[in-house]
Amino acid sequence: MRLINRHPDRPSRLLLVILPFALVLFAYFMGSAERLLDNPNDKLLPSAVQMTDAVKRLAFTADSRTGEYVLWQDTASSLRRLAIGLGISALAGLCLGIAAGTLPLFGAPLSPLLTVLSMVPPLAILPILFIVFGLGELSKVMLIVIGITPCLARDLEQRAREIPVELLIKAQTLGASTWTLMLRVVLPQLLPRLLISLRLMLGSAWLFLIAAEAIASTDGLGYRIFLVRRYLAMDVILPYVVWITLLAWLMDWGLKRLTQRAFPWYEGARA
Amino acid sequence: MSFITVKNVWQQYADQVVLEGLNLNVNEGEFCTLVGASGCGKSTFLRLLLGQERASRGEILLDGQLLAGEPDSSRGVVFQRYSVFPHLTVLDNVALGLELPRSPLLGRLFGNAKKDAREQASVLLQKVGLGHSLDKYPAQLSGGMQQRLAIAQALIMKPRVLLLDEPFGALDPGIRKDMHALLLELWRETQLTVFMVTHDLSEGFSLGTRLLVFDKVRVDPHAPGAYGARITYDIPLNSDRRATRAAVDALPTELAGTLRTA
Repeated sequence: MRLINRHPDRPSRLLLVILPFALVLFAYFMGSAERLLDNPNDKLLPSAVQMTDAVKRLAFTADSRTGEYVLWQDTASSLRRLAIGLGISALAGLCLGIAAGTLPLFGAPLSPLLTVLSMVPPLAILPILFIVFGLGELSKVMLIVIGITPCLARDLEQRAREIPVELLIKAQTLGASTWTLMLRVVLPQLLPRLLISLRLMLGSAWLFLIAAEAIASTDGLGYRIFLVRRYLAMDVILPYVVWITLLAWLMDWGLKRLTQRAFPWYEGARA
Repeated sequence: MSFITVKNVWQQYADQVVLEGLNLNVNEGEFCTLVGASGCGKSTFLRLLLGQERASRGEILLDGQLLAGEPDSSRGVVFQRYSVFPHLTVLDNVALGLELPRSPLLGRLFGNAKKDAREQASVLLQKVGLGHSLDKYPAQLSGGMQQRLAIAQALIMKPRVLLLDEPFGALDPGIRKDMHALLLELWRETQLTVFMVTHDLSEGFSLGTRLLVFDKVRVDPHAPGAYGARITYDIPLNSDRRATRAAVDALPTELAGTLRTA
């Protein structure tokens, strides 16, 4: 049978899903064990025990100086920044995208502007943000907003343009004004697309967050990783990276479920 | 005076003339079918009537008034595809037409007003045979059902003109027959003036009370865009239906109303 026609059945699919993860873990722990055997003080590839100890210390022991649980404190700060940044971006991207995609008079000036803005490397203007907004929370949130809003807006503009003109005409024959047409026809059709766009932008959002935290912050997941780098504390860095990955994956999964739940018509309409 | 008057209408894109010197008088309640070869301007003419495009020259009068230059609720439309809103249920697709004009701020009604709108919508949907699928989304309906929905959606506005752009072009022959019956029934019950573009000649002949054939009279082989199409044949059809309608129209209004709904 040709390879292209061979499909895994349920159990073998599960096995195939787990296999690469298992291989990566296996390779890591083999390497770790070997290095630690040579030199018990090796810091590069910490063992599972060392990492568990680090997690216990950071997540389940109150910090002797501040009385806070460092991991949760970092997580809360980072997630708050991320949520505010993503929220503002989603709202701004949606408004800009709808305006540029449905109203030709708005699209004419907005569309080229958004294209140019989305080409500006956000990290290159991070110093400007620090100068303008200071080193506080605002500059970190702004980096996320500036980094992902133009991309979101461009994607939504494109989706708005893809709404068949027949539907816009039909809505007008049903008595819609420009405003109610956007509210009842364009907006609801773009909301699921917004969630999908957000999912695609999550990676960038985390990138900007960690970059901003690494440079100027007093807490946050990115801050911690860059702080302990000085001590070569791989036993902290690796669990943090896994934790960030898990959080990002959970957000992605949550947005996907939300799309399916809130917009049951969406999958069918695309077929 | 006729209901719709088309006076010397030309439509031209760049140096491509699509329609030339179109003159037409249509009475209220006529069922005009528009036929002709592909690209001969039938759909362009329909878009002009809809207000989606403006004529390069000439004018179109609706009831003595110059036609509004953009689509509005006086003219309903059903396209071959993309006529219904994928994000709304069948019921809301039709109720939308009652909500939009009454709520300029939010475009939606609440409470009793919303209930009333849905009630009216569901009555109409029962009539077009969608009474059992009120809560489905359009993607869950077959092509024929979607077109029924699109027709109901257009009719809820009680437009005076219904424009159909190959509405049954994508349907199976059997389903097309059912749709013809439905359309004629709805046409008999309402005062509707219908313009229907079709590729199917027999459909054009069997449905219309008037068949308009679009064709190019002059062709310059060296400049294919130089001349546009005209209405080359204007054939009165189905005189029995025309006569019935005329007779009903001649009756006193209250009597005519009962006859129509019967």
